[in-house]
Amino acid sequence: MKYVDEYRDGKMARHIAEKIRQSVKGDKSYHFMEFCGGHTHAIFRYGIPDLLPENVKMIHGPGCPVCILPIPRIDAAIELAEKHQVILCSYGDMMRVPGSRRRSLLKAKADGADIRMVYSCADALAIARGNPDKQVVFFAIGFETTTPPTALIIQQAQKQQVKNFSVFCNHVLTPSAISTILESPEVRDMGLVPLDGFIGPAHVSTVIGSQPYEYFAEEYQKPVVIAGFEPLDVLQAILMLVEQVNRGKAEVENEFTRAVTEQGNLKAKNLVADIFEMRAEFEWRGLGLVPYSGLRIKPEYGDYDAEKRFVLTASKGTDHKACECPKILRGVKTPKDCKLFGSKCTPENPIGSCMVSSEGACAAYYSYGRHQQKHKS
Amino acid sequence: MKKQKFTHKLDLVNGKVEMVHGAGGKAMSQLIDQLFIDKFTNPILNQQNDQASLTLPGNKMVMATDNHVISPLFFPGGDIGSLSIHGTVNDVVMSGARPLYISCAFILEEGYPLSELAQIIDSMAAAAREANVSIVTGDTKVVEKGHGDGVFINTTGIGVLTDDIARGADKIKAGDKILVSGTLGDHGVAIMSLRENLTFDTTIESDSQSLDTLVASMVETVPEISCMRDPTRGGLAATMNEIAQQADVGIQLYEDAIPVKEQVKSACEFLGLDPLYVANEGKLVAFCPAGKAKQLLEVMRAHPQGQDAAIIGEVFEDTNNFVQLETSFGGMRMVDWINGEQLPRIC
Repeated sequence: MKYVDEYRDGKMARHIAEKIRQSVKGDKSYHFMEFCGGHTHAIFRYGIPDLLPENVKMIHGPGCPVCILPIPRIDAAIELAEKHQVILCSYGDMMRVPGSRRRSLLKAKADGADIRMVYSCADALAIARGNPDKQVVFFAIGFETTTPPTALIIQQAQKQQVKNFSVFCNHVLTPSAISTILESPEVRDMGLVPLDGFIGPAHVSTVIGSQPYEYFAEEYQKPVVIAGFEPLDVLQAILMLVEQVNRGKAEVENEFTRAVTEQGNLKAKNLVADIFEMRAEFEWRGLGLVPYSGLRIKPEYGDYDAEKRFVLTASKGTDHKACECPKILRGVKTPKDCKLFGSKCTPENPIGSCMVSSEGACAAYYSYGRHQQKHKS
Repeated sequence: MKKQKFTHKLDLVNGKVEMVHGAGGKAMSQLIDQLFIDKFTNPILNQQNDQASLTLPGNKMVMATDNHVISPLFFPGGDIGSLSIHGTVNDVVMSGARPLYISCAFILEEGYPLSELAQIIDSMAAAAREANVSIVTGDTKVVEKGHGDGVFINTTGIGVLTDDIARGADKIKAGDKILVSGTLGDHGVAIMSLRENLTFDTTIESDSQSLDTLVASMVETVPEISCMRDPTRGGLAATMNEIAQQADVGIQLYEDAIPVKEQVKSACEFLGLDPLYVANEGKLVAFCPAGKAKQLLEVMRAHPQGQDAAIIGEVFEDTNNFVQLETSFGGMRMVDWINGEQLPRIC
């Protein structure tokens, strides 16, 4: 695969890993958080932890849009499909995520709800055009990467006057989540969590650019290296972070220059600004209420807002009390510190947010890294 | 047997499956006579008894059954008809047996075009001839429109062991090498390229094929083969996990050694899937003692169905029964059971 294999070359990987080994100082420890689920997935999929020196540790952040969606929003989506009898269109990996009473879209579908997996929100609009006598709702989730396509589809629905289409908007914003982690008492005041730098998002940054991260580097004195989702990107970013830490720097560097510019994709940003506005706060599974971290559809496009079109019950579903996801997401604990991990909470039967998608820290750890835990114990 | 007379010929151009085709009356008799018996013809079936009386050579008998509910019914490289023969033949031959007889049971949906049914039957008949098996008994039921998906087929196969050596997961030992007969993921990707909302252009065809002659040459040269499996649903990953558990061993695979076509890799890349979990319908994995692995590989590569064969891993002692993969990066990761259906990732 041209333009992909180049970034998965084993020889180059061992070369960069060797450079990391030479660069790290024996008396120092390096704790880096990869924010994105895509990075977490690459780290486990390619066995990157095996290539890193003992004193370089990765903390798996909250950047999986599926994992962070709180139970009440999933309940609402199921309610749309069951009570309001809409055709609910969803991205694939949202299908299995459990809401209240462990019900998921897949279970609702098995019970007879019309829930369809789509690869693109454009498919959802096409389903609406093809079923004019049914209400069709697109279950919009994701960070800045999936937001512009949703904006575009709302614009198209309005232009084409597709009256039976609406969007259940759950789009969230990356910078606010990073702020929340950095502002958390464990990180900021108590210094419980050593956090020496961030691997910045790949796809998100193609849209928002590298500029928004300048604030974190400056305000919190943490280096940020924006990196692509390929395994060599991740290794290279780790090397760049190690070098910044060694030099006492806290700068934003861009490893992913083949796709990310300083300003990002202006057209996409303008489109999003045209259709969406900030919510004062939005609940994240694992992080709780995060101020100015979610988007909703602007009143002028209110006709396409499923939350306005349908009356939804406010669900009070909460996570399991013993679930350590909030702490795992901030790096205070690791999956194996959780009592539920691997016993009550598994990918087949997920309880916490980090187990629900293959990009979540617990699921990646369980599916790809369980052998290490067993071997060491 | 005396041929039955029917006033009208079965309309294989514009005709549709009707409820009467499963009602036990004349219409059903005509469908069986003019479609199934006509295409599958062989002395046992032609007797049209409620059962088939079979004579089997002396060795141990092997039996396997499989339901086929694939959507779409026609796909690049095959259709539900050929698949229903290949799938069952392969399950039988994974024991090392020679397949002999097949039964087939159809569940047809009311309204399904007889012309398409005839195509499916044609392709079943051709696949059976190719694998030297006779379709000796069958059944047909029709369900109301909306209660089926066109055509469902169950086939059951019977074969006989040629060498009377019992093979299976319980014969696998630590140190055994693992071989695969060719590229993985072709069938799954060919099917996905046709699924609703997912249409993409590819020249990848399903690998659906009967592996009877490949297996025959393998067991003839290396009778020490401990176990063979065809990695169908859930792909190589599911088969390896099943075997690790049944044999109470650990399995180590080498990513660089596993053959996957470029096109399959690319399709999986943009669909967010892992080729190790994608279905195959014409490939096998074989376990054999390390000392025999090279010889087995040569036999497989000499056969047209095994040209891309490779040694992809080995068995070791592990009470956790983990399946692990050494990545092309030199790191290790688990290849875990698939959790439900493989769903595409959002990013």
